[in-house]
Amino acid sequence: MTNNGTILSVNDLKTYFQTEDGVVKAVDGISFELKKGETLGIVGESGSGKSVTNLSVMRLIPEPPGKIVGGDVVFDGIDVRSLPIDEVRKIRGKRIAMIFQDPMTSLNPFLKISTQLMEVTRLHLGHTKQQAYEHAIKMLKTVGIPDAESRVDNYPHEFSGGMRQRVMIAMALSCDPELLIADEPTTALDVTIQAQILELIKDLKARMGTSVILITHDLGVVAGMTDKIIVMYAGKVFEQAPTKELFSTPANPYTRGLLRSVPDPAHEQGKELYQIPGLPPDVAHLPPGCPFAERCDRAEDICRKEFPPFVEINPDHHSLCHFAKEVYEESKVHPPTAAARANK
Amino acid sequence: MLKELSCPKCGAPVTLESERQQIVVCKFCAAPSVVDFGDREHPRLTIEESGVIDTAAAVSGTSLWGDAWKRLLKNKLAVFGLVVLAVMALLVTIGPPIFTAITGLTADYIPDDGALLKSFPPSLQHPMGTDEAGRDIFARVLQGGRISIAVGIISTIVSLIVGVSYGAVAGYMGGSIDNVMMRIVDIIYAIPYILIVIVLLSVFGGPNTQVLIAWLPSIVAGTIVGVAALLAAFWIYRRVFGEMLARSIGEKAIRLVSGIALAVGVFLLIGAATSVIGETGLGASLAERYSDRVNLGLSQIFLLFFALGLVSWLTMARVVRGQILSLKNQEFVTAAKATGVSTPAIIFRHLVPNALGPVIVYATLTVPSVMLSEAFLSYLGLGVQAPYASWGSLAADGVKNIAIFPWQLIFPGVTMALTLFSLNFLGDGLRDALDPQTRKF
Amino acid sequence: MALLVVTLTWGLIRIAPGTFYDSEKRLPPAIEANIKKKYGLDKPWYTQYFMMLGNVTCRTMAADETTLNGVQFSLGSTRVKCFDFGDSLKYEGQSVNEIIRRHLPYSATIGIIAYILALIVGGGAGLFAALRQNSIYDYGSMALAMLGLSVPNFVLGPILVLVFALGLYWVPAARWGGVLNLILPVITLSAIYAAYIARLTRAGMLEVMRSDYIRTARAKGLNETSVLLKHAIRGGIIPVVSFTGPALAALLAGTVVVERIFSIPGLGNIFIQSVLNRDEPLTLGIVAFLSVLVMLLNLIVDISYGFLDPRIRYE
Repeated sequence: MTNNGTILSVNDLKTYFQTEDGVVKAVDGISFELKKGETLGIVGESGSGKSVTNLSVMRLIPEPPGKIVGGDVVFDGIDVRSLPIDEVRKIRGKRIAMIFQDPMTSLNPFLKISTQLMEVTRLHLGHTKQQAYEHAIKMLKTVGIPDAESRVDNYPHEFSGGMRQRVMIAMALSCDPELLIADEPTTALDVTIQAQILELIKDLKARMGTSVILITHDLGVVAGMTDKIIVMYAGKVFEQAPTKELFSTPANPYTRGLLRSVPDPAHEQGKELYQIPGLPPDVAHLPPGCPFAERCDRAEDICRKEFPPFVEINPDHHSLCHFAKEVYEESKVHPPTAAARANK
Repeated sequence: MLKELSCPKCGAPVTLESERQQIVVCKFCAAPSVVDFGDREHPRLTIEESGVIDTAAAVSGTSLWGDAWKRLLKNKLAVFGLVVLAVMALLVTIGPPIFTAITGLTADYIPDDGALLKSFPPSLQHPMGTDEAGRDIFARVLQGGRISIAVGIISTIVSLIVGVSYGAVAGYMGGSIDNVMMRIVDIIYAIPYILIVIVLLSVFGGPNTQVLIAWLPSIVAGTIVGVAALLAAFWIYRRVFGEMLARSIGEKAIRLVSGIALAVGVFLLIGAATSVIGETGLGASLAERYSDRVNLGLSQIFLLFFALGLVSWLTMARVVRGQILSLKNQEFVTAAKATGVSTPAIIFRHLVPNALGPVIVYATLTVPSVMLSEAFLSYLGLGVQAPYASWGSLAADGVKNIAIFPWQLIFPGVTMALTLFSLNFLGDGLRDALDPQTRKF
Repeated sequence: MALLVVTLTWGLIRIAPGTFYDSEKRLPPAIEANIKKKYGLDKPWYTQYFMMLGNVTCRTMAADETTLNGVQFSLGSTRVKCFDFGDSLKYEGQSVNEIIRRHLPYSATIGIIAYILALIVGGGAGLFAALRQNSIYDYGSMALAMLGLSVPNFVLGPILVLVFALGLYWVPAARWGGVLNLILPVITLSAIYAAYIARLTRAGMLEVMRSDYIRTARAKGLNETSVLLKHAIRGGIIPVVSFTGPALAALLAGTVVVERIFSIPGLGNIFIQSVLNRDEPLTLGIVAFLSVLVMLLNLIVDISYGFLDPRIRYE
């Protein structure tokens, strides 16, 4: 039941949390679309709301204190928000799967890997124990766990970090889901392992045709993996563009700042490292106007007073800024990354 | 003392939350400014340029304790407990004298009139009734409160002293010393302690306390000598064998022999010290002076303090050791060392305050458990003796007549239950307040 | 370790002034001397200590020893005897082991049933409270648990008796008999443990429910019951298991009170009597026995830890 190949459509999603400090608007009006087979990257600093967005898609937000207060989530034509919870459970794990940041704590330390893997297929695909067991072994092999037949009965603590993440990926892909959401899958891993895991995801995606949402704070990770990127800040989408375009001609000062902060030893030896000044805002007490205003190097009065509009640069490229077009033009002339500069 | 200042960047009002706050983030423009307390009365704010700030300190500016206190106050049950405890404490300290002043009755006043030597139900004259000897129960409850609470607090202090020292030493020394010390704790832990306490109290209670006192100097001397000798033995052992890790049989035999020799030496030293002190008759003279000054019932109470304290120090030691162990390896200790802070300063200024949290919580929870144990012992006849009373002993006495004179049990029982209740709530509240992770939204 | 306990207890009893015979009538000197000889009381104290030690553990029997106490067997031509605590001083002619054997079942029954009850009631309550956190049920059951912790069992017992036995005639008030007799003592004994377990379970479950792996389980599409029973329980139970060790030790103390209140001829009662009477062999015997029992139970607890938490198995 797909309409023009869009597998996930999120529209003005709002998820708020009730805390001791007041209402935290973790996600405040996010919209994006994901087509079948696409990979979407969601980039942002800690607290920008990226993880909450994805938990909201699967309705995994803990109800006190959090609540999805507005917007739509439409998965393959189904309105997820209005489904009864047991219908949502049928989708979870089967059609949408999620892998989390810390493989060490995301696997149940008390149960064998085989049990945890078998759970998914027995629940959603109706496998018998034997079938599920064999399928588990097959999945482990697919993700590259050596000696899968004997290791399948091991416990999580018997695997290394990278292996554990592979196991999580195996678990997520067991039922061949249409959408995989990877929430900072590599943040807790060593750099070399990071590359391996990302390759694995890329490879599996190509083989199984899964659509992927990749969440991270690391621009390097999304560069090679994604078709398009959303940049989030303070619960809002600040910019949204196809990957190449975002990197070469960003239309938002925040994005520019992010790109400039990535150190590039090949081109910037001897220069001071760039940092976006200041700190991410306290989302419980947002100022009026643009949330990025006080850290922005081109902020003007209007930025502090009025909330910026969502400007369309071209049909695929939007930016939340009073001066989006100006920044875009500027990026054409002065690309933010040295590499892009060199390639000009 | 919250000063109202203006943010240097955007002019919005900014409040400082404590006198130690160093960084302030403007809630409007999120500009960080440095607080300059050069002039105490008029602190100044200057914009922070470098952009590298510790977020946590900046945003709240309060210390760990202030924060915890605020959280504690928000917990209604804990506040309730605190209030009740405060009231109870007040009552038992000033209650008895006031009551005596008003009514002329004391806790152990036995009326001369034979007709009054009965247990009367509550009345205006006797708000909680009287017990079988005609003593006013209200007065006894107040008096008993003093003793119960005293027992609770002092026993907890005893167990704190023993437990914290033991645990801190074990935690800080680490390595095999820590191992051995904890094994000892484990072994002792497995023993049904109550049994030992019962034996201890029944054996040493009453007139026999003197014997214990007589032994005391020897015991203390023996312990001191023993600990010193053990440490010396360890030190010698390490110095001699520290560098040699060869595994030849000859080495092992030498090690074993010297180990045994040192252990024997330690024992001999302990024995020598003990008997020497014993010979001097120091103990006997102490015992005599003691019995002259202190009367029987009171000495029983002192004994209770120690006996009960000894029951709970084990877990306290474990808690403290655990804390010290985890703190020892944290980065702020390394940082302090790296900047040249001396060892005692490290222990007291850095480790102890951080270790205090669970210790306080556990101490607050030990008090009610000690009081319950005391009640239990009173029921068995081993606790507080007449004419002194404690809530436990009052309740124990009252139990006998529950069908006929229920007020004998109800009043002391309810009072004690209420106090224990409050203590538990307070302990829980403290635990929630000091450990942020268990916060409910 | 048990030997340590025995030594300690023996030492304490010996140090204390007053012997068993003070409380009994004065016997004629000749008989007294005889008794002393029989019990070896005429020998110096260190000899007595070692004799006691030998009896309590294992030693070979002399040819003319006729006692039937302890566990006896033959190794070749020598007879070996273990665990002989001698005869009770008060209860003439009865060996300590016999006495223990006779009274143990009463205490054991009450104790075991009480603890199982505590586990079921407390565990269930705690589980429920954790699931419905901050609801009325949660606050209510936790308040009730607090109450259970704050009321001493010797107060609770009589109150229960008053209400249910003497007041409502639902159950008999005391003594040993059929199942009905058991109800009140068991409830009295288990109350405080049920309270503790309820709180522990609740705290443990709350902790576990916040874990990442529970989130993963939900993300896989499991319903709440499965999440609870298959994933959360394993972690949540651990604090209760570690509590079991010291709880059982404390349970022993609890039986003392309960047996007194309900006139049950159990080991606890006997123990108190023996201590007050300075019945040395009996006291020693009971203390040693209970210590060993507790240590065994602790060992079992430690082992079951290994079953529950696979991470520990390899340490």
